[in-house]
Amino acid sequence: MQIAVVVNGEEHVRDVEPRLLLVHFLREDLGLTGTHWGCDTSNCGVCVVHLDGVPVKSCTVLAVMADGREVRTVEGLARGADLDPVQRGFIACHGLQCGFCTPGMLMTARWLLDHDPDPSTEDIRAALSGQLCRCTGYENIVRSVRWAAENGSEAAS
Amino acid sequence: MQVPASFQYRKATSVAHALSLLAEYGPEARVVAGGHSLLPMMKLRLAHPEALVDINDLAELAEIRVEGGALVIGALVRHAELLSSAVAGRHFPILHDAERVIADPIVRNRGTVGGSLCQADPSEDLSAVFAALRAELVVRGLDGERVVAARDFFVGPYETVLADGELLVAIRVPIRPSVSAYVKVDRRAGDWAVGAAAAVLELAGGVVAEVGIGLTALGARKFVAAEAEDHLRAGPPSGERFAEAARIAAAHCAPTADQRGPVDYKRHLAGELVARALRGAVGRAA
Repeated sequence: MQIAVVVNGEEHVRDVEPRLLLVHFLREDLGLTGTHWGCDTSNCGVCVVHLDGVPVKSCTVLAVMADGREVRTVEGLARGADLDPVQRGFIACHGLQCGFCTPGMLMTARWLLDHDPDPSTEDIRAALSGQLCRCTGYENIVRSVRWAAENGSEAAS
Repeated sequence: MQVPASFQYRKATSVAHALSLLAEYGPEARVVAGGHSLLPMMKLRLAHPEALVDINDLAELAEIRVEGGALVIGALVRHAELLSSAVAGRHFPILHDAERVIADPIVRNRGTVGGSLCQADPSEDLSAVFAALRAELVVRGLDGERVVAARDFFVGPYETVLADGELLVAIRVPIRPSVSAYVKVDRRAGDWAVGAAAAVLELAGGVVAEVGIGLTALGARKFVAAEAEDHLRAGPPSGERFAEAARIAAAHCAPTADQRGPVDYKRHLAGELVARALRGAVGRAA
């Protein structure tokens, strides 16, 4: 069936099978491979994107469910060459090692800061509790989000 | 790559439309909302519906309101919405206790209250909570509406009294002065319960006028510890009586051994969690 999805501000019209998952629609149909595809069971959180402004695990959302809605992926965080504060925070605080979990961490962190500009480390840990870093770099991930909170006044969004 | 088998997909535009779609596609159709139980089961071919009826657009099912002396929670209310609902937390803090430990924040953004109940997973948290609260489930079909007590909704694991073509539309929790709490033991953040207990107490004149005790993942019939409730009703809310109720609840539940623990451990947990939930609820009394 035909769907029209606004992804990072740009409308895409595609003919898709109902069983196509949103993560594969983004990666395969649109070529937006920044969103990673991990556990496939909504546990690991590498596939988190914003659906109408709310973070969801895109391995457990059908592409047809996004018809007529807005999706924001990690590619939509930066504005041109200006990285989002959460991206700069991950650079400043060494918030990634292998980088596989990073897109999902960034999208959830952005949403957290949009709703709570000054979260405690406990708040950050709770917000990210549905996401796994198999390098176990959680300390630096939490620090990175705190850095973004403290240095994020010029948020690209 | 895990991908579901092919199916037909229809987006419902109203409850009436959803019901007509369910009638059109028959028993092989399934309702999908958050999809966080159904889609993984479809990927694993544990479920293979021929058609999905998507109810995500039905705003009429997505409200939390107080109406007719009851808290009414629409079936499509997301877990995150129930967790952030001030009116729900004010009347029934147990709902926030439970929502705080259901899956993780991202899953809670998508998963729905009604979907969790209809999935009827024995380890799902809200089944015991609404059973303890003696909630009423409002079910609509083409022939009209019927109300099912939460305690009568569950037939067994993954099985409810919903007939083909019926849709759970709302959960009604009668508002009476009560104290309540839900306590859960899990192995890590966001995991299914090893065991959990729900307690709802209506206290009047120094006695327990009514009590609901729910058990999650512990093999309790209808998700409740009815014998423990009987023990507490009409007596004082004392620690001694709570301890005896906990012992009764542990004796009457029927947990099964799995990777989360052996039977004797889970039975011990049942007693301990019932005692903690009862104490936690009473501790909230003003």
